Amino acid sequence: MEASHAISEAVKMIKPNVIAAYPITPQTHIVEKLSEYVANGEIDAEYIRVESEFAAISACLGAEATGVRAYTSTSSQGLALMFEILFVISGMRLPIGMTVVNRALSAPINIWNDHQDGMSCRDAGWLQIYAETAQECFDLTVMQYKISENRDVLLPSMLGLDGFTLSHVYEPFDIPEQKEIDGFLPEYKPTHAVLDPGQPLTLGALGFPSHYMELRRSQVDAMEGSLKVIEKVYKEYSEKFPVQIKNTRPEKYYHIEEYKMDGAEIVFVAIGSVCGSIKDVVDDLRAKGEKVGLLKIITYRPFPMEAIKKSLKSASKIAVIEKAISPGANGPVFDEISSLLFEAKSAAEIRNFIVGLGGRDVKLDHIQKIYDMTKKSQGKKQEWMF
Amino acid sequence: MGFPEEEYFSCGHRACAGCACATAIRWITKAAGKDSILVEATGCMEVVSTPYPETAWKLPWIHGAFENASAIASGVAAALRTQGVEGKKVVAFGGDGATYDIGFGLISGAFERGENFTYVCYDNEAYMNTGIQRSGSTPFGASTTTSPAGKESIGKVEWKKDLMHILAAHGSPYLASASVGYPQDAFRKLKKAMETPGPTFVNLFASCPTGWRVDPSKAIEIAKLAVETGAVPLYEIIEGKHVVNGQSKDLSKLKPVDEYLKVQGRYSHLFKPVRREKELSMIQDRVRSNLQRLIDLSEKGF
Repeated sequence: MEASHAISEAVKMIKPNVIAAYPITPQTHIVEKLSEYVANGEIDAEYIRVESEFAAISACLGAEATGVRAYTSTSSQGLALMFEILFVISGMRLPIGMTVVNRALSAPINIWNDHQDGMSCRDAGWLQIYAETAQECFDLTVMQYKISENRDVLLPSMLGLDGFTLSHVYEPFDIPEQKEIDGFLPEYKPTHAVLDPGQPLTLGALGFPSHYMELRRSQVDAMEGSLKVIEKVYKEYSEKFPVQIKNTRPEKYYHIEEYKMDGAEIVFVAIGSVCGSIKDVVDDLRAKGEKVGLLKIITYRPFPMEAIKKSLKSASKIAVIEKAISPGANGPVFDEISSLLFEAKSAAEIRNFIVGLGGRDVKLDHIQKIYDMTKKSQGKKQEWMF
Repeated sequence: MGFPEEEYFSCGHRACAGCACATAIRWITKAAGKDSILVEATGCMEVVSTPYPETAWKLPWIHGAFENASAIASGVAAALRTQGVEGKKVVAFGGDGATYDIGFGLISGAFERGENFTYVCYDNEAYMNTGIQRSGSTPFGASTTTSPAGKESIGKVEWKKDLMHILAAHGSPYLASASVGYPQDAFRKLKKAMETPGPTFVNLFASCPTGWRVDPSKAIEIAKLAVETGAVPLYEIIEGKHVVNGQSKDLSKLKPVDEYLKVQGRYSHLFKPVRREKELSMIQDRVRSNLQRLIDLSEKGF
């Protein structure tokens, strides 16, 4: 099945009460399948067919605040349209789950993959995790709800997967039994935000300068504290659902996946489906005796600083391969990793390679070239691989 | 129809003296009753009622953003359905900025979907919370901070958006225009809207002494005068049929619209330093023709 359907299958199994979504390429296969499930009675959810992504995320806000599990999915312009409400939801501590099928932002209008949409929302107070494979799409969808709804977290989450290059690609993946999923993910029973006439709460109050900072701080604390919860959930899931199909996911989920990092002096850092190609290049290079590895980031928010620092400890040259750019600065992941290296007093050389914007193919040759440039310390700090 | 004694919007909120919107909100909560969930758009009434950690609300209440009360209400209603909850009312409300302008698309979406909720606009005809800026509801000739009267300007040059009929065209089973000047009429309409299944709408005209520059003690009087002069007509659209109410039924008893305009600072430039005959007669003509159209619709059904 295609990765989009790994998502819709997982969403069916986590039993959301309310789904509100608006169609946008390349997210459509997910919501079409969910509509079918609702139409055939295979899923007992209210599906609100909204008139915009803005309404989709707002309807999820209303549903979640009434005490039920809500789901939405979008891409690119749709996520940008939701931007305002993303902050409202995280501020109100509503653990909504969303899938973002990552796609470039206009202009020029472009329906193909990069990570600009998700990365541009990194400060919205949502947990962000990224999948490389269809199996990861399934697994992380189930896990994202368990993480978000944890009482010590209560933050919304977005799962990112690459538009077309993952969403529309057919890959094998394993689907556990419903009762096993039920056993893993308990029912959502909030007490902090429920609109109930029996116990009237005021949600979404005005925060004056006298209180605003404290409330923001509690949100930041929850985000930082979620690292441990995420780790626990990854571990529990990995143990409860061991790998069924080889090479479709990490054996043990963790904030990062380390691929052939033992003794690696040159390290690629990347997110998402491009990691599959990078792994191929790493295999070739390793076969030739090169000391190279890949650090794949799965948890992006909260940023797993300690895990990354530890992983890069012995690296001497680092190539951060990114599908997003902050014009006037660098790729966001590059800047964050540079900052970690500075903190760790690392002398490693670090380069930023911008690839695959707007769906431009990232070929094995590109990755080989990135390796050569990094090894020889060639080129500028930020290089674009056209 | 008697107002219930029970108060759900408590005193001690921070609204201006003479704020008729706060009065409107009180009536909305009384009409909704204890088994209801309220969704409010950003605006004056949200700001004055919830200075964290205090609240004026004795009913479950949620505010998300400026434009999305109707979509949040859709989510609330869907969540109640999935929980098998029956008999709870979902009431969304906002000012005219939230309703006529920024939230209009989402209201249209919710009405097209036939969501089971009532939307009430407390209509004070401008963005009062941000400092009296012009909205799609601001009437022709009103001076606001973004449509100020000046040497080259008579204030707002566009007419008020006819939101009632735009929403009626969505097939809503019940819509009503009411004024805080007529409590019994307004309360009856709020009740009726909330008891009618489907998306229903009440435009509750509510004076803003601060924004209109009138004496706070005259807030209710001015809301009455608006109806007596025909500037604000009282009517309902029930299953597509127009019903004109009270004063608004009789054109012969209309007071001249000048009487309503001249007591408000927002229209003072139409009278001083010189009387703007052209604009005043345009307003008077518009008031009469609008009312005549409603009466025709109610009598002839077209």
